[in-house]
Amino acid sequence: MSLYAFLGTLEIGFIYGLVAMGVYLTFRILDFPDLTVDGSFTLGAAATAALIVSGVNPYLSTLVGTLAAASAGLVTAWLNLRFNILHLLASILTMTALYTINLRVMGKPNVSLIMEPTVLTPFEGLGIPAMYLKVIFVAVCAIIGGLLLAWFLYTQYGLAMRAVGSNKRMAQANGIVVKEKVYVGLALSNGLVGLAGALFAQTSGFADSTMGIGTIVVGLAAVIIGESLFGTKSMLVIVLSCIIGSILYRIAVSMALNADFLGFQASDLNLLTAVLVTLSLIFPKLRSEYKAKKAKRKRV
Amino acid sequence: MKLSSIFKSALMSTLLVSSALQAKSVYIATTAIVEHPALDAVRDGVKQVLNDNGYSGDKLKFTYESAQGKPDIASQIARKLVGDKPDIIVAIATPSAQSAATATKTIPIVFSAVTDPLAAKLVPKLEQPGGNVTGLSDMANLKEHFTLIKKFIPNLKTIGIPYNPGEANAVSMLDSAKEVAKEMGIKIVEAAAPKSSDVMIAAKQLVGKVDAIYCPIDNTIISAVESVVKVGIDAQVPVFAGDTGTVERGAIAAVGYNYFDLGRQTGDIVVRILKGEKPGSIDVKMAKGTDLYVNPKMAKRMGIEIPKAVLEKATKIIK
Repeated sequence: MSLYAFLGTLEIGFIYGLVAMGVYLTFRILDFPDLTVDGSFTLGAAATAALIVSGVNPYLSTLVGTLAAASAGLVTAWLNLRFNILHLLASILTMTALYTINLRVMGKPNVSLIMEPTVLTPFEGLGIPAMYLKVIFVAVCAIIGGLLLAWFLYTQYGLAMRAVGSNKRMAQANGIVVKEKVYVGLALSNGLVGLAGALFAQTSGFADSTMGIGTIVVGLAAVIIGESLFGTKSMLVIVLSCIIGSILYRIAVSMALNADFLGFQASDLNLLTAVLVTLSLIFPKLRSEYKAKKAKRKRV
Repeated sequence: MKLSSIFKSALMSTLLVSSALQAKSVYIATTAIVEHPALDAVRDGVKQVLNDNGYSGDKLKFTYESAQGKPDIASQIARKLVGDKPDIIVAIATPSAQSAATATKTIPIVFSAVTDPLAAKLVPKLEQPGGNVTGLSDMANLKEHFTLIKKFIPNLKTIGIPYNPGEANAVSMLDSAKEVAKEMGIKIVEAAAPKSSDVMIAAKQLVGKVDAIYCPIDNTIISAVESVVKVGIDAQVPVFAGDTGTVERGAIAAVGYNYFDLGRQTGDIVVRILKGEKPGSIDVKMAKGTDLYVNPKMAKRMGIEIPKAVLEKATKIIK
């Protein structure tokens, strides 16, 4: 892999690290499978791009895009909590609605940011080559985002949220307002995903109505890869494992892209990625089984 | 090393150098947002032109990456390609072209099958765009297309267009279709089909409201065009298309380019850059095509006859 390709892999890995954190928050902490992210990733990108194109400051645009995506999470939570619509279905409904909303927000299916100012513009005069600048910027965003999330999960409020996910009834019995935690959790999750969308649009040069497709799969893959490598010890480790899992997922994709020499074709990318992710999933299990076997043999 | 072998190798290298003067070894990296017969044909057309110009075998390294429909993968591919340092990146369809244009400001990029390169901000202007990006727009010549339909239906009042509102190319096409239709005194009735499974319903919505259905060059519509043809037969509404490939799949007629040809036109631009021209000084080209395909069997099944004048001009009659 060339340096440029590696930096690109890192860059997209860090951005999707934010997605992985969002997915972790809903799937693992709140136990709320949330497919809204396929739409809110695009919403974050779409709103940010539409605002930048109309002349709004890129930072303000990114903030608005993030908040818009967070509110999409609130809608899913509302459908689920207020009307008892199954969480999966509620999130699919929001995601479906978002497709149209995103087209409306952009006014067309594709908004180009190639010639527009972005969050990176203020740093462009500092003499750092563009290829490094992008990576450093998104790495800082992902790490700050991760640290803030870890800190949040350690607070009294965050602990209450974790309690809701692990045992709703017990949490309620201990006086925790369950509904409120779900609302906040989904907003936070989709806000992180929307922020990732906003950053992706600005570093990749466009927002497109199709860009959210499969976000949930990528986010889950990153979470699972991270978990399988690091286990689930402390919140800080978890948050970092989301980022590293996301980067490893991108490296897997990158390897799949470079697999010509094995006789693979471009159309095999999805399968190859799935195989690489699967391998990373089963490797820790195989290793522990092997160790257990070895230990058994020693005892005999 | 023996003297003779030195002589031999010297001779060999002279031969190599002289052939290199004809065409030195080049690396062309192509990428498309998704695999799809039309987009694949573009890629193959590019390669054909390169081969015709002496870039083949050892003299050509030609790679192809597909983003499998995912813009995040397109972005990653663009960065990988830039790192591989090809001589030229050929980027097929809008998101792939935008990803490439963002990833490099130095490696020449030739885009293709992008309907509206100005809206996609790939180039600031079509003539002498400057920078490292130029290419071929596949904006259909809608006036030509509607004129063809008018030859079948002289008192044509309304044309129905199914399209995917989520596809940038399709929306650009629809906008210009409305403009052209207005000039010609025709009304456009649109029917949205966001997924290929919605195409049938969109076509059915048009029945009763339109004199003819026009299937534009829209990935979603084209991938499910058989369902439009079926509605056309059942409801006796003639179905026309924006590309010749669709006539082979059941549309009555189309005047346009085939995508292999579009790839060849893209390849011409690639060769010009290889020969030393700067991408920024090459105008963005509009795809040209004069092929006229007709499908008499389908016309009959949809209750319409192919005018003699059209039949005589046809470059291909589908049997």
